[in-house]
Amino acid sequence: MGVPNDLQNNFREVVPALKPKEAIDEANRCLYCYDAPCIKACPTSIDIPSFIKKIATGNLYGSARTIMDSNPVGASCARVCPTEELCEGACVLNHASKPIMIGLLQRHATDWAIQNNAALFKKGEDNGKKVAIIGAGPAGLSAARELARLGYQVTVYEAKEKAGGLNTYGIVSFRLPQEISLWEVEQIEALGVKIQTNTRIGVDIQAEELLADYDSVLLAAGMGNVPNLQIEGEELEGVLDAISLVEETKTKPLANDMVGKKVVVIGAGNTAIDAATCSKRLGAEIVQILYRRTANEMSCYQFEYEFAKQDGVEFRWLVAPSRILGENGRVKGLELTKMELGEPDAKGRKRPVPISGSEFVIEVDFVVKAIGQERHVSLIEAFGIQHQKGVVSVQDATYRTSNPKVFAAGDIIFGGGKTDAMVVDAANHGKRAAHAIHNALSDQKQPV
Amino acid sequence: MADLSINLAGIQSPNPFWLASAPPTNSGYQVQRAFEAGWGGAVWKTLGEPIINVTSRFAGLTFGGQRVFGFNNIELITDKPLEVNLKEMDETKKRFPKHTLIASLMVEHKQEAWHEIVKKVEAIGVDGLELNFGCPHGMAERGMGSAVGQHPDLIRQQVEWVKEVAQTPVIVKLTPNITDIRFTARAASQGGADAISMINTINSLMGVDLDKWLPIPHVDGKGAHGGYCGPAVKPIALNMVAECARDAQVGVPISGIGGISNWRDAVEFLLMGATGVQVCTAAMHHGFRIVEDMIDGLNNYLDQRGIASVMDIVGKAVPTYSDWGHLNLNYKVVARIHEETCINCNKCHIACEDTSHQCIDIIADEATGKERLVVREDDCVGCNLCSIVCPVEGTIEMVEIPSDLPPLSWNQRQAALAANGTNET
Repeated sequence: MGVPNDLQNNFREVVPALKPKEAIDEANRCLYCYDAPCIKACPTSIDIPSFIKKIATGNLYGSARTIMDSNPVGASCARVCPTEELCEGACVLNHASKPIMIGLLQRHATDWAIQNNAALFKKGEDNGKKVAIIGAGPAGLSAARELARLGYQVTVYEAKEKAGGLNTYGIVSFRLPQEISLWEVEQIEALGVKIQTNTRIGVDIQAEELLADYDSVLLAAGMGNVPNLQIEGEELEGVLDAISLVEETKTKPLANDMVGKKVVVIGAGNTAIDAATCSKRLGAEIVQILYRRTANEMSCYQFEYEFAKQDGVEFRWLVAPSRILGENGRVKGLELTKMELGEPDAKGRKRPVPISGSEFVIEVDFVVKAIGQERHVSLIEAFGIQHQKGVVSVQDATYRTSNPKVFAAGDIIFGGGKTDAMVVDAANHGKRAAHAIHNALSDQKQPV
Repeated sequence: MADLSINLAGIQSPNPFWLASAPPTNSGYQVQRAFEAGWGGAVWKTLGEPIINVTSRFAGLTFGGQRVFGFNNIELITDKPLEVNLKEMDETKKRFPKHTLIASLMVEHKQEAWHEIVKKVEAIGVDGLELNFGCPHGMAERGMGSAVGQHPDLIRQQVEWVKEVAQTPVIVKLTPNITDIRFTARAASQGGADAISMINTINSLMGVDLDKWLPIPHVDGKGAHGGYCGPAVKPIALNMVAECARDAQVGVPISGIGGISNWRDAVEFLLMGATGVQVCTAAMHHGFRIVEDMIDGLNNYLDQRGIASVMDIVGKAVPTYSDWGHLNLNYKVVARIHEETCINCNKCHIACEDTSHQCIDIIADEATGKERLVVREDDCVGCNLCSIVCPVEGTIEMVEIPSDLPPLSWNQRQAALAANGTNET
């Protein structure tokens, strides 16, 4: 197997869109609850019964607008939200029949908007104020959209070549095709938002310049690459970073060097699952996820776990890599140490403890690291704002950092196990931070 | 954003969506909540001598899993003293001066009674009056409501009395419980009505309890006919609106009522001659918030067609509504089945085979072992039945077959025959 053409097929969106009749049937099944629990379960508070009712009445423009009004990255979220844990999990029909397929209906409405080139929003009347946003991911874009509608001149600085952040680069194509994320970017650019890509703050532009040139700055940078495992052999060819692996499949022609190979992925979060299923779809013969705890402690979503198993990914619990073995500069094998579970840690997860003398070696061709992401500490420090290990401290309601002119949202304030770093949460942060900035800048105007 | 405001016989409203006179407009609290939700107007629940109501009062029809497909009630007009209603109406109008507030009225067949109530409600600044000649239950037995609405002379007389003192536009609400609504509509118009509204509810018995052998609903072991409404009555209402809209002798604007549940229904009523619509059952089913999609959907419909004002679509389909005798006998459509979306339920085949013209064959494809459905177009009469029973929208298309013959209606045909007959003699 393994001509690139086949691989291309493997990266087509796996979940099919609803057929038109399916969408209408499903929309008519919604009870249109009052004070609906699905709205409360959505971090961006989309008026779900309303957008579904609008599908039922053929008002697809209105439906898409209702969704995107609450969530500027609503088309991406329709595909990547853990709906079982959010809206669909809260659906009252869970108790009576089956929950409404809210995610797929959201996709149905936003797909309509994409296919019909619908311009959903207009920019607000220019209020003469300028805001700089660092990072064009879900949080930054969401804030940019809201601020543009409120009449701000918004410039978004993005280190990468394209905007969209995680949605554009970090989520496997078979779950979220890049064009969906890029449509959301276009929607925001259409409101007059300037997105300056290939621009790094602290390298191409200094933090001081932004602070001097703008009325307010929003820090919405995401996270960086996967940190090192800190074991021997990490420099070998064939040791990959899960984030980069996914990114390559979205930006470059699919490579066939994994075809028929043995791949291990270290870690068991959602990124690890993505890396594993990606490897499988790149043609790897055997893909194993290695995790030092057990299935009970994994941080990936249940549906991701099921999806990976369907793809043929194997899971090995209670093992930790202790050494990567090479031959001629290439990965050849991996030494693993067996673990057992000890006392719970601060998050309540049982701590893995190595069993001494239990080391054994397996044969592998690729080792993919997926043990978390690095934080942009230098960027944070360039602004001289308070943080804890790269997590920017903000006042809860205002998203304001220790510098009153600087606000922060998204990954850069997630941390400490408070919440999952979901796209929809980042979008919500961005939206709220935008309104907090608006409040702060409007207050200045008012006479004392 | 299109201009959604309407002008119905001089009554201005920010949008065409009004709540009909009914339980949702029983109090200031409710009407004010409705205006906050976006409704353009409300016809206050009918004023008159306060009555005593019974329990229970409502019944719903569930059809094919859809609840409240039909609905009926045996509730009567207001149960509050006139002074209380007037005070709440006054407060409501003061809080929402730009919204439309209409007083629905029903009194006994006396000139003074009409004069008195009209003066009282106009004193508090309502935008118009709606005379309730429609309620089919309870009040009709006392000689009011549809008891009046079934007699053109009584309608004309009472409208005249009202017009003697009324300063605001007068809408006459008609009952559908009548052979031909145009006669009562014309009577209202002759009496001086500025507009008519239709339909009020239809006589109905919602159901019978299989275990208790009692009507649904029943009041302590007995039931009575109630007023039927909801999505199920829409075609009846739409026909009555269309008939009045194309009748030159009626000649007054129409407020459309009857089964309007969403913006699409509203657009149909507007196209068929209504200047605005009144809604009740859909609001009772889902709350006042349904108006949000009604407004949004209507606005998007107009915007997408580049139509600046909702008033521009009023009556646009009326000229296409005619009598059978004017339909073209030489026009022909036939059914075409799109195989790619056909799911082979074969419902079209059996509908045609058992109850229409036996022109859909099931052909077994020996190569694949599958069946397909084929229309013998020469035998198809274009009745639509197959496309109506087909569960997959768009799978059976009715396709026009061009005719060599010029258009010919029954009336033209008979006229031509008569002319030939004359020549022959």
